[in-house]
Amino acid sequence: MDLGPHAHFIIAAYVVTGATLLALVLWAFLGERRMQRVLSDLEARGVKRRGGG
Amino acid sequence: MRSINTLANPSTFMRISGAVIPPLAVIAAALFAVGLYFVVNSPPDYQQGETVRIMYVHVPSAWLAMMCYTLIAVSAIGSLVWRHPLADVSMKAAAPIGAAFTFLALVTGSLWGKPTWGTYWQWDGRMTSVLILFFLYLGLIALWEAIEDYSRAGRAVAILALVGFINIPIIKFSVDWWSTLHQPASVSRFDAPAIHSSILTPLLVMAAAFTLLFFLLHLKAMRVEILKRRAARMMAQAAQPGFVFQPAE
Repeated sequence: MDLGPHAHFIIAAYVVTGATLLALVLWAFLGERRMQRVLSDLEARGVKRRGGG
Repeated sequence: MRSINTLANPSTFMRISGAVIPPLAVIAAALFAVGLYFVVNSPPDYQQGETVRIMYVHVPSAWLAMMCYTLIAVSAIGSLVWRHPLADVSMKAAAPIGAAFTFLALVTGSLWGKPTWGTYWQWDGRMTSVLILFFLYLGLIALWEAIEDYSRAGRAVAILALVGFINIPIIKFSVDWWSTLHQPASVSRFDAPAIHSSILTPLLVMAAAFTLLFFLLHLKAMRVEILKRRAARMMAQAAQPGFVFQPAE
């Protein structure tokens, strides 16, 4: 695929987009995993969960 | 109204979002695959040549930057009028995602601007108002972090979000109101879109993929925030006098 004389602008735009979207996905998915671990640890140490939220 | 309140209960939200996220992720991944296939196989533009391919990531990012702020403003009303905790959670979860999409709109716009206009940046109405949107997002994030009490932080952020919402119509109509390098609306027009279908199709598929990813990220970030608040309540409970931690296994 020949992207012409401005190929580096096109590639840079897609690399920045891909990296940012990947960072967002990791932030959201790993964040939930980390918080689940924190809650499990608190429950294991005898702190009870109260209420819905 | 009762069903909305039931759905807006954090525990119900956790249960429903937990079931919705996996199929949403599969559909989003499929849409990205189809969108990228269209992007690779779409023709170059007769004026801009291959650089038009930047549009397929720039335009969805810009749309989502504005849509995310609109979602925050709606959540702000929910927070101020009904004092609903999920509205606060929605605002807080959306702000970093909106900041990321605004960052993408600015960076990909600059990368598209250089070969098209001959400059990375111009202090015109559209670009400046989007930069202000980016700073507004950073302001919302900073305000959340600056106030420890969740409900006080929620009210302060909601007021700032609603004041800042004035920027959204300014962004939208800036290209009509002021002289600018940025082109006017090409897709969301009162008459038919001014883009050929061979370019419009990949743009709409990519926009759908970006939008689905946004909702997926927002749901996930809301879940993280709900869990953080649960953990904070449990730690406060553990900090009460007389509480004895069980030894960790």
